[in-house]
Amino acid sequence: MAKRIDVSGLSAFYGSHKAIDDISMTVEPCSVTAFIGPSGCGKSTFLRTLNRMHEVTPGGRVEGKVMLDDENLYASGIDPVAVRRTVGMVFQRPNPFPTMSIRDNVTAGLRLNGSYKKRELDEIVEKSLRGANLWNEVKDRLDRPGAGLSGGQQQRLCIARAIAVEPEVLLMDEPCSALDPISTLAVEDLIGELKQRFTIVIVTHNMQQAARVSDRTAFFNLSGIGEPGRLVEIDDTERIFSNPSVQATEDYISGRFG
Amino acid sequence: MSNALMNRPPVDDRPQPPSFSKRRLPRWAPAAIALVSVAAGCGAGLLAGWQSRVQWGLIAALVFVAGTYLVTTVVEGKRQAKDRIATSLVWVCFVLAIVPLASLAWTTVTRGLRVLDGYFLSHSMAGLQNDEPGGGVYHAIIGTLEQVGLATLMAVPIGLLTAVYLVEYGRGRLAKAVTFFVDVMTGIPSIVAGLFILSTWVLTFGMGFSGFAGSMALAILMMPVVVRSTEEMLKLVPDELREASLALGVPKWRTILKVVLPTAVGGIATGVMLAVARITGETAPVLLLVSGSMFINNDPFNDVQSSLPLYVFEQYAVGTPAAVDRAWAAALVLIAIVMLLNLLARGIARWKAPKAR
Repeated sequence: MAKRIDVSGLSAFYGSHKAIDDISMTVEPCSVTAFIGPSGCGKSTFLRTLNRMHEVTPGGRVEGKVMLDDENLYASGIDPVAVRRTVGMVFQRPNPFPTMSIRDNVTAGLRLNGSYKKRELDEIVEKSLRGANLWNEVKDRLDRPGAGLSGGQQQRLCIARAIAVEPEVLLMDEPCSALDPISTLAVEDLIGELKQRFTIVIVTHNMQQAARVSDRTAFFNLSGIGEPGRLVEIDDTERIFSNPSVQATEDYISGRFG
Repeated sequence: MSNALMNRPPVDDRPQPPSFSKRRLPRWAPAAIALVSVAAGCGAGLLAGWQSRVQWGLIAALVFVAGTYLVTTVVEGKRQAKDRIATSLVWVCFVLAIVPLASLAWTTVTRGLRVLDGYFLSHSMAGLQNDEPGGGVYHAIIGTLEQVGLATLMAVPIGLLTAVYLVEYGRGRLAKAVTFFVDVMTGIPSIVAGLFILSTWVLTFGMGFSGFAGSMALAILMMPVVVRSTEEMLKLVPDELREASLALGVPKWRTILKVVLPTAVGGIATGVMLAVARITGETAPVLLLVSGSMFINNDPFNDVQSSLPLYVFEQYAVGTPAAVDRAWAAALVLIAIVMLLNLLARGIARWKAPKAR
C-alpha cells in the first residue's frame, strides 16, 4: 500500500529563479522522513514537487525524476490530478473548506471526484476522523461548519480529509507550526500511528519534533542568498542528531548556525 | 524625637509624573454644540432673510466644526481638539450624504403614494387619455421585469465565466486585453450601448423594436459590472483553499466549481444584484430600442413594450397633474423593486456566506 519515493536529480524553478538544485534521495515506505533546514532553503518547494503541487504556482517548473515505486511522476502522459490522489498533502495553516460542514470536509476529496453512497461516505467519515484522532471530539456535530473548530482540531480535520481519499504517501508541510503544544502532541501521536499505513514526509522547523517523530531526517541548506537550496545530507534521525557526517548539519542542529 | 523626624515622609520635590486624567468634555457636549450650531444657522438665516435652507445648513455645519474645535482647545487641549475636529467633520459629511437621500426618499414616497394602489399596479394605460386620471403601471412592470431578466440571463453567465477566466486561468496578453476592455466597457454611456444595438440589431439586421433589443443593450451595460465584482470576490478566496482541493486530487475545473465559487457566492450575488439595480433604472437604451407602449405586451421578443423608467419619463413629459402623479408613483414602484432585489441579494449572501459555527 505505502510506496517508496525515489528522487533523482530534481531541480525546481520559479520562473527563471532556481529554488532547489539537483536533489536526490530515497524515502522508504511506511516510515516518517523529516525535512529540516533554515527558512527559504527549499524544503517546502521540494515537498510540493513530490505531488506535483509545485507547478500550481505560476511559473513553477520542475526538472528531474520522482519515482513512486516504478512510475516517474514527471514522465509525459502522467496526470497530475491522479498523482495528487495518491500523494496527499497537509498544509501549514489549517484550511478546511469554509462552505462545508465537518462531514463534507472529510468527504470532499471523494465527493468532488465521483459519486458515493451515503452509507459508504458515513463509514469513511468515521474511519477517517478516528484515524485523525478527532472522532470523539466532533461526532456529535458533524453537520456544523468545519471553520468553527479550534486550530488544532481544524488541522486534524485537514489530516482526516487527506487520509479519507486513501493516499499512499502523505506530505505534511509544517503541520504543527500554527498549533499549541497540546494539539501538536496530538498531531505527532497521529503521525506515529499513520506511518503504519502511509509513507510520511514532514517539513518542520522544530528540531525536537523531527527527532521525536521521524525515522530519517534530511537537512537542507542554501549556500548563499539567491542561491538555490540543496540537500546537505539524509540519514537515520538518530545519526543526524548525534553524529552527523557534515559539519553544517551539526552547526544547524546545535544552534551554532550562520 | 529625631526618630519621629526621620519617619516623616520626605518632602517630594521631584517633578510629578504626568497624570493620565485630563479635563474632559462631558459626553453630551458634541450634541449640545450641534444644537447650538443648528440654532445659529437658523438664526443667521432668519436674520439675513435667506430663502435657501442650504445656506442655513452650511452655516450650521461651519459653526459646528469651528465651535467643536474652539471649545475642545480651551477645555481639553490641542491634541484632543484635532481628534474632535476629525470626528465632527465625519459627522458633517455623514449628514451631508444622508440629507439628499432622505429628502429623495421622502419626496418619492409622499408624492408616489397619491395614486399608488392595487388598481395602479394591475392596470395598463390602454384606452386612456394622458391627462385623464387613472391608469396604471402593470405593462411597465412586466416590461421592466422581462427586459432586466433577459439582460441578467445574458450578462451573468458571460460575466461570471469571464471573471473565472481572468482570476483562475488568465495569464499574459489575452487576460490583460480582456481586463482593459472590461474597464473600457464600464465607462460606456448607456445611450451608446443603446445606439450600438440600434445600429446593428434594428437598422442592419432589420429586427424590430422589442424588449429583447433593449435587454441586449442592458446586458452590455451589466456585463462589465458583473465581471469586475465577481473578479474581486474570486480574488478574495484564499489560495490555500484552491491548493487544499487540488492536493486532494480534485481537477481544477471542479475545484473552481465546488470550492472557489461556493466560497465567493455571497459576494458574487451582491455584485450581480448591484448590476441588476443599475440597469433597472436605465432609460436611454430602453427609449431607443423598446420604444414605449401604452398596452400590455407579455412577449419581449415581438413588438414594443414599456418599462418603468420609460414610463416615468413619458408621464412626466406629458406634464398634466394626473400624469405627474403617475410618474411619481411609478418611480416609487421602481425604487421598491430595486430595494426588494437588494434585500433578496442580502438574504442570499447571508444564507450562503461561510459560517463559523
